[in-house]
Amino acid sequence: MVTKRLFACVVSALLMAGCGSDEESNDGRKVVNIGHVGPLTGPQSHLGKDNERGAALAIDEANQSRIVIGGEVIEFRLLSEDDEANPQKGTVVAERLMDANVAGVVGHLNSGTTIPASKIYFDAGVPQVSPSATAIEFTHQGYETAYRVMANDEQQGKVLGDFAVKTLGARSIAIIDDRSAYGKGLADEFESAVKQAGGTIMTREFTDKTKIDFTAILTTIKGLDPDLIFYGGMDAQAGPMMKQINNLGLTANFLGGDGIQTTQFTVLSGAEGEGVYASSPGLPLGQMKGGTEFRDKYKQVYREDIQLYAPYAYDATSVMIDAMTRADSVDPAAYSPLLRDADFPGVTGRIRFDERGDLKGGSISLYRVTSGAWKYIETFGGGE
Amino acid sequence: MDIFAQQVINGLVLGSVYALVALGYTMVYGILGLINFAHGEVVMIGAMIALAVVSALLAVSPDMSPFTLILIASAAAILVCVFLAFLMERLAYRPLRNAPRLAPLITAIGISILLQNIAMIIWGRKYKMVPQIFPTETHEIFGASITSVQLFIVAISGVLMVGLLLVVHFTKLGRAMRATSESQRVAGLMGINVNKIISVTFMIGAALGAVAGILVAGNYSVAHYSMGFMLGLKAFTAAVLGGIGNLGGAVLGGLLLGLIESIGAGYIGNLTGGFLGSNYQDVFAFVVLIVVLVFRPTGIMGERVSERA
Amino acid sequence: MRLIAQQLLKKITSNKKALLLGYVLLFVALAVLPFLLSNTVGRTWVRILDFALIYAMLALGLNIVVGFAGLLDLGYIAFYAVGAYTWALLASPQFGLHLPFWAILPIGAGVAAIFGVLLGAPTLRLRGDYLAIVTLGFGEIIRIFLNNLDHPINVTNGPIGINKIDPISIGGVDLTRTHEWFGISFSGVHIYYYLLLALLIFTIVMCVRLENSRIGRAWLAIREDELAAQAMGINTRNIKLLAFALGATFGGVAGGLFASLQGFVSPESFGLLESIMVLCMVVLGGMGHVYGVLLGALLLSVLPEILRSTASPIQRAVFGDVYIDPEALRMLLFGLALIVVMLVRPTGLWPAPRRRTILDQDVDRD
Repeated sequence: MVTKRLFACVVSALLMAGCGSDEESNDGRKVVNIGHVGPLTGPQSHLGKDNERGAALAIDEANQSRIVIGGEVIEFRLLSEDDEANPQKGTVVAERLMDANVAGVVGHLNSGTTIPASKIYFDAGVPQVSPSATAIEFTHQGYETAYRVMANDEQQGKVLGDFAVKTLGARSIAIIDDRSAYGKGLADEFESAVKQAGGTIMTREFTDKTKIDFTAILTTIKGLDPDLIFYGGMDAQAGPMMKQINNLGLTANFLGGDGIQTTQFTVLSGAEGEGVYASSPGLPLGQMKGGTEFRDKYKQVYREDIQLYAPYAYDATSVMIDAMTRADSVDPAAYSPLLRDADFPGVTGRIRFDERGDLKGGSISLYRVTSGAWKYIETFGGGE
Repeated sequence: MDIFAQQVINGLVLGSVYALVALGYTMVYGILGLINFAHGEVVMIGAMIALAVVSALLAVSPDMSPFTLILIASAAAILVCVFLAFLMERLAYRPLRNAPRLAPLITAIGISILLQNIAMIIWGRKYKMVPQIFPTETHEIFGASITSVQLFIVAISGVLMVGLLLVVHFTKLGRAMRATSESQRVAGLMGINVNKIISVTFMIGAALGAVAGILVAGNYSVAHYSMGFMLGLKAFTAAVLGGIGNLGGAVLGGLLLGLIESIGAGYIGNLTGGFLGSNYQDVFAFVVLIVVLVFRPTGIMGERVSERA
Repeated sequence: MRLIAQQLLKKITSNKKALLLGYVLLFVALAVLPFLLSNTVGRTWVRILDFALIYAMLALGLNIVVGFAGLLDLGYIAFYAVGAYTWALLASPQFGLHLPFWAILPIGAGVAAIFGVLLGAPTLRLRGDYLAIVTLGFGEIIRIFLNNLDHPINVTNGPIGINKIDPISIGGVDLTRTHEWFGISFSGVHIYYYLLLALLIFTIVMCVRLENSRIGRAWLAIREDELAAQAMGINTRNIKLLAFALGATFGGVAGGLFASLQGFVSPESFGLLESIMVLCMVVLGGMGHVYGVLLGALLLSVLPEILRSTASPIQRAVFGDVYIDPEALRMLLFGLALIVVMLVRPTGLWPAPRRRTILDQDVDRD
């Protein structure tokens, strides 16, 4: 009996792709699928899951408010796929979402999987809003389906470089980059911004995402005695790195990007993380309308703090649903033009896109760890 | 601060951990000729179990003495890992003892995938913070700084390695292990319970792995379900560098690899006139390995290895 | 049941007409397969099939090294990477070069072959697991260089990868776009399927011919007993290098096709896990047996995708709800499958008949 049911399920799952479009939910609403892609297995899976949850919360809210599009009450559903942070798997799951006739895609998390997948979305004419792919290349391919709700590396690196030299007064700077597309991209832009602002780069050291021992490169940096260390990479490495910096007796300021501006970082680094600076695109959640509610709701539903990009995934999903509502259509061809001239009050900031799909006038906020928590300092950019 | 002395200390601390994990690889290899790819995952499970126990104990009685805490946690971790190793050997390796050489390699990879994902289901996807049980004190040696935890790592690794060498060379069990690694058939004829000896070898290796996991988690204050894979790989490299199957070789290989990595990362820029940087740390380590093996094809302390398909 | 099938197979193979008919049927089945898939379960499966074909080529290439010559190579993916990057550099805006595919294909194969010899040369004296770790190191070295050659001179774009790689185009027809031919719409993945299938068939023929050639027998001799092989007058150095070079060539070609299909390469695609995966395909399928390896490659590249679609429906059917994360369950089942298959069939799913007899004698290690 069970085997029979099992078989039926397997077959229907395999066939699901073919008959996804005109489903109806239990209460007679029209079902509209929205895709989400991020790494849900492997070392970055905690971030992928975080994005998925952000998107899921946006979908829940939209369903609760019983949005009517084209005269029908819509039930949105999230189809979440795992790209394993692998570019090849990224294209496979992109194709899966196209087979399932999703109306739009939220993702992917990494630039490395976002870029090859964006071609598939473009060919199918389905809009893709990435919450966290910051590589400049993504929106520079000429695909009108590619959007992101986060400042790109160039915008963020510039603010960070200026902040290091002008605000913190650092003259000599050491850079560590984790050799990921994110870390390299941010570190490159930071380096050129520092040079422009008149600072000196003493050295550029490297690590990678699989390492937890940084003593060798930190010792080299200590020998150069810089004013500031910049890290282009993620919190999982930066946390243990702070302990090692402390053990070696390094006293330079420490600055990072959005990858370390997380609760995880303050937890992992403990007392040694005190005084660290980091940036994050957009405005602090607390300053935005609905921001605090989002944070509390996330905690209430998932019994965990936000990891990193969940608010951006939430915004990416919301801005997409907003465009559908304004277009009064879930057809990608119909709502896509309205996505381009979106002006949406997201929890991470005001969301408008430029002609490439980049965030228009994306603002960058800076934070510092004070008594174990990130404290907001100030926001740069964001003007017209 | 003396930079070079500091790099040497960094290398030795890193190297002692590699050595401890490498012993697990080399023991199993010595006796079975099998690369136990899942050994890194045993190390991870050790760290995770210890962390879970520490967190649970701290939640119950926050002012438990650090020594009792670490003792109970280590005992639990070692027990679980030993049991895991027993199961692994029994279910996935023993049935394949006379199979082609690569078959157990594939089951080992299967176990590695299995353990990682089980750990992900149990402990979640997040990187876990490991509470600092002992206060960190920094000491000065030859102008370089070393923390009490790091000193502890080197000391514990040293004690365990010497202990293992003594067991293998001066006890009845050790003699049985050596006999089994020479020839299972002959050892069996001599009245040695070969199956038991192989099982025990796996368990000892796993116990050492569990300790290594606890030391790594304690030193870096972080634990994650994917932490074992790279560590295992590095340790395996170290075991081969020293001459796989040779206990002294594993220790030497581990320490050397640690030193090569930290000196490589520290000085590769100067050596190549700034052309290559610390991003080529691993390249440097692998090139040293290849050069060593080209001149000594069975590693630094390795003996002649017979070749079978 | 099995006996009947065997007899039936014998009857068919002994009858020339029936054999021919069998081939024709197989050919037709392979030809309509992508359309069958895209019209029932979706175009994803055609793309998955494309990747399965690429993996099959890779596995067959690795089989030459591991299966035929008995040299355990854990860094095989390096040649795939070399092929992919050669293609990417010669046909993308990176250097502004846009060579046609018929020029790049041999160049990529050649470059990969050179790398094969470069790896082979210093490792000739190494055996077994020492060779394994050196090849693993070699694979990592290649990946690290690809990941870091953006500085001081930018060659590979480093971790960002190379984008906008030219698609294969024949006579000005871009093969990654959808075309209407004979009233049927062929999308990019469909066209690539036929292209890859043709190349795979070529690879299979090459492998079968190689196995039964002088070289193939020399590899077998080296695999079973290198010393004896040498005593019989086999130039073990050249024969081993040839295995590395040929294996690398197939890897290089597969890499180039991967690059052009994806339009994008980055070092993330060429990690150690990929090497291990290809090795699993070879061993699981039946090391040294061309059709076994083919089976292993197809199974291991398609199985995880089937699990992807079925992990949560199965749970819902059995338990009524989704308890275990479908992604975690997928990987759990995959790991379990590797273990179970090896326990049940230690020589692989479909081992070479010749190999089976040899293995029975391999008992003790002394």
